[in-house]
Amino acid sequence: MSADRTAAPNEPAVVAHHLAKEFSLRHARSLKETAMWLAKGRRQDISNRFRALEDLSVTIRPGESVALVGLNGSGKSTFLKLVSGVMSPDGGSLRVNGRVAGLIEVGAGFHPDLTGRDNVYLNGAILGMTKEEIDRKFDQIVAFSEIEQFIDTEVKFYSSGMYLRLAFAVAVFTDPDIFIIDEILSVGDEPFQRKSLGRVKQLSEEGKTLLVVSHDFDVVRKVCARGVWIEHGRVRGDGPIDEVIAQFRAEERD
Amino acid sequence: MAGPTVVRHPSPGTGLPAVFRQRYLLKLLVDKELQIRYRGTVLGLLWSYVKPGIQFVVFYVALGIFLGLERGMENYAVYLFSGIILINFFSESFGNAARSIVANASLIKKIYLPRQMFPVASVWVAGVHLLPQLVVMLVAALVVGWSPTWISLLAIPTALLVVGLLGTGLGLLFGAANVFFRDAENFVDLIVMVSTWSAPVLYAWTMVRDVLGPVWFAGFMLNPLTVAVELSHAAFWLPTTTPGAHEVPPHLFSLWTPVALLVVTLIMLLGDLTFRRLEGRFAQEL
Ligand SMILES: Nc1ncnc2c1ncn2[C@@H]1O[C@H](COP(=O)(O)OP(=O)(O)OP(=O)(O)O)[C@@H](O)[C@H]1O
Ligand SMILES: [Mg+2]
Repeated sequence: MSADRTAAPNEPAVVAHHLAKEFSLRHARSLKETAMWLAKGRRQDISNRFRALEDLSVTIRPGESVALVGLNGSGKSTFLKLVSGVMSPDGGSLRVNGRVAGLIEVGAGFHPDLTGRDNVYLNGAILGMTKEEIDRKFDQIVAFSEIEQFIDTEVKFYSSGMYLRLAFAVAVFTDPDIFIIDEILSVGDEPFQRKSLGRVKQLSEEGKTLLVVSHDFDVVRKVCARGVWIEHGRVRGDGPIDEVIAQFRAEERD
Repeated sequence: MAGPTVVRHPSPGTGLPAVFRQRYLLKLLVDKELQIRYRGTVLGLLWSYVKPGIQFVVFYVALGIFLGLERGMENYAVYLFSGIILINFFSESFGNAARSIVANASLIKKIYLPRQMFPVASVWVAGVHLLPQLVVMLVAALVVGWSPTWISLLAIPTALLVVGLLGTGLGLLFGAANVFFRDAENFVDLIVMVSTWSAPVLYAWTMVRDVLGPVWFAGFMLNPLTVAVELSHAAFWLPTTTPGAHEVPPHLFSLWTPVALLVVTLIMLLGDLTFRRLEGRFAQEL
């Protein structure tokens, strides 16, 4: 039982091979539109399709901390959603070895009408924790967020920073093998940002695989050793983080 | 291009088995719904006694007394109520399950979890709301002299099972369809409306038999809601009437109940299959 809850050792954490993801630009919504689409033999016209990932191949070893860099709309979040299982690819293959916990957006799954305590349990369970795990980590989570005093207050009465701190704390105390972070490292005030960065680094030192998207290169440099530059849904550059950032900046300057 | 392949180790689990494995999350989602529903109301859960109670009184006065149905049928009030609570369970579980995927769009787009979780949670919430109605029903039946047999006691969980599975199956089907065209929501309202009148809640099955004749009557009995409502009559109403004066449809227990269980199981499988086929595209379409 415990064997199939854990990652297979000595295997890459993530292997993407010619990964492709396509979106339709206009989404059929009404029955009439759907009927038209069926009548036309279910063909999507080419102009209505958009390839967010073209042909993306990358291998990530366990314990690596990888930053995904690239312009807006280049496909970074889409790739993370495929890894986390939120979306399925339309082409190529993907192997994921280990439990994934995603932080695509802080606070997804938080409910304003529930207390902080109830939200910790609900969000912890949504992120894949068992009741025992949450019981065990509850105090750490609350201490990390530093909102002990308000833990039994409904979350809608929190300041937006407090809310994000609690949500972030729940997420970083889930115990996945692969940790996904999409642009959420700049949550809360300055001291809290430093603290979250410290916690993420600690996760990395504990041997977790990190996949980080951030447009803040100073942050990314502190956490990640490797950079992968994504452009139009393909890998444009891959290597040590400083080199990839330099390459990316040089290219984007002109 | 060869079809896409995704291999995950350990497998995160999908579908209804995964929902069952993550019972704790299911419980929290149900608790959340209940907590939010009654938040800030003074009467709290008492509202789920008040609403069907009022509905019942209105029907009883308008149909039983003004329309004179109480004269034609013994304990018409109990007859009516025992059917209405099942229809309430059906319309709430089905309606909320069908809306649950769109309602939880923000979560489905960002975090992976077995999405069947949401329709299943809706059915459980409806089940919790049914409990106080069952209590009211029992009290009412006892007041007018309820003397149940083992068969009638067994009929209660069976009726609930039929409706619960039907609500889950249709909820999965329409919940998935609703992501792609929101017209589905209107179909849900229509089905609920038609189902209320198609099952013998307000009238007696004998009236239907007399009008339809034996062959079409068999078609009427194929409706799982009809069977569930008749099981509920057998459980709550029949044991309050003069012995021998009324009866349930022939072969209700020996034939139509197994048929109803088969029908709802098939609907469940169809709903589950459709849901699985479509769920891969939920996140991008929502
Ligand atoms: N559900 C969707 N339906 C249609 N198009 C989508 C959908 N999700 C993403 N896209 C498109 O796919 C492309 C890639 O989006 P993605 O979110 O992966 O970019 P990104 O690299 O994360 O950008 P950013 O830096 O702005 O976060 C964009 O052009 C976006 O419009
Ligand atoms: Mg993004």
